[in-house]
Amino acid sequence: MENKQLVTPGEVITEGMDYLPGDGTYRDGSNIRAALMGLAQTRDRLVKVIPLSGRYMPKKEDPVIGVVKEVRYSNWVLDINAPYDAVMMVGEAVDRFIDLKKDKLTNYFSVGDAVICRILHIDEGMSVMVTARGPGLRKLTDGQILDIAPSKIPRIIGKGASMVKMIKEYTGTRVFVGQNGRIWLQGGNEELTIRVIKKIEAEAHKAGLTDEIQKLLESEGNGNKA
Amino acid sequence: METKPDYLIKGGKRLDGRKLADWREISIKTGVIENADGSAQVDFGKTKVIAAVYGPRELHPRHLVMSDRALVRAKYDMLSFSVEDRKRPGPGRREHEISKVTAEALSSVVLTEKFPRAVIDVFVTVIQADASTRITGLNAASIALADAGIPMKGLVVGVTFGKIYDEKGKGYMAVDVFKPEDQWGQADIAYAKSYNDNKVVLLQMDGDVTKEEFLKGKEMADKAMEYTYKEMVKALKGKYEVD
Repeated sequence: MENKQLVTPGEVITEGMDYLPGDGTYRDGSNIRAALMGLAQTRDRLVKVIPLSGRYMPKKEDPVIGVVKEVRYSNWVLDINAPYDAVMMVGEAVDRFIDLKKDKLTNYFSVGDAVICRILHIDEGMSVMVTARGPGLRKLTDGQILDIAPSKIPRIIGKGASMVKMIKEYTGTRVFVGQNGRIWLQGGNEELTIRVIKKIEAEAHKAGLTDEIQKLLESEGNGNKA
Repeated sequence: METKPDYLIKGGKRLDGRKLADWREISIKTGVIENADGSAQVDFGKTKVIAAVYGPRELHPRHLVMSDRALVRAKYDMLSFSVEDRKRPGPGRREHEISKVTAEALSSVVLTEKFPRAVIDVFVTVIQADASTRITGLNAASIALADAGIPMKGLVVGVTFGKIYDEKGKGYMAVDVFKPEDQWGQADIAYAKSYNDNKVVLLQMDGDVTKEEFLKGKEMADKAMEYTYKEMVKALKGKYEVD
């Protein structure tokens, strides 16, 4: 079990050269200081700060939900709820070949469409590429999308996806959690699913949340696993 | 106050009853603007300021984009009812200046290289003004940035100090000036530091003081800053306190 400690930017987390500064920290002489407001965590020799708020920053391989913003000659521009837009090239949209001379790109994805995609690549200039080709990746045609704070996503998923699995079991709702703070849900008891997700978002910093959520799901969901 | 008072300090007490090194009551709330990525309200006595932070987000207009780091853009303004005589709305010479120095002070702590091409927008609005508004606004902005989860070297903390006179006209240095002292005192100084590396990020003076007076005032301001910093940290952490 690692120790977690609430820190503010500039606060010294560890002294001495025995530790390495990880995400959300920086080295200042022999000290490691927090660069973020969040929970400081030391695992092995690596010190990091888990943010409690903030925008989503795209990371390679992250599954996200994007919304088409613009259709261009050979690609689509997607809003991925980040400071930077993502680009999806024709070759990354569907498994079959798209002939730019014959096919209209809007037949595949048009403005406003929501897409489950994966971050393919990011360069130093923060140009982001995504793909919709791969297991589970597709255009969304039904259900609804819930926006929550991206910093709370790890809590919604839970250790080894335990939390989201539990929600799906009790509510019978199909759920896809994008790392960028967008959650897709469809079917089952959608109302309860939304309520539970909002509760996790509001109380993400509390310990023992899984048990509390399980109790709520048991009492509200008629005690039956769907 | 219409006419210049005979004194701003008498028998060791200022017009509002404070001693020279005393600051006004400080109250800080975070997350006051839900639409924003981060926000804070800071009150220094009757001076009340709200700051909201949006971003990092895409920067428009495009010619301001920097390919290797983010731009920190600040906008300071006062509400028309924040002062006794209605303040004409909209930014003027004074507002543009304060916006500029606020943005520059914040840029020196924000780790802008983490967000190339983006912008971090900071909006500072004075709800009620009783002097020291730029410093109160800067403190609020610094807390709002931390609340927004924006990476930075540390918090910016500011305090004002000034020179006020007694009934014989003798000058004294005082901390955290309020309206009459700002208006009638011989000098008022806005002073802000990047707290943990102890670097000055904003220093402006209206009026004049000797070097000795300046250093005396700065010494008192540093004490007030220490207290202000603790209050800021307390407010930030208070939001996540588990009961």
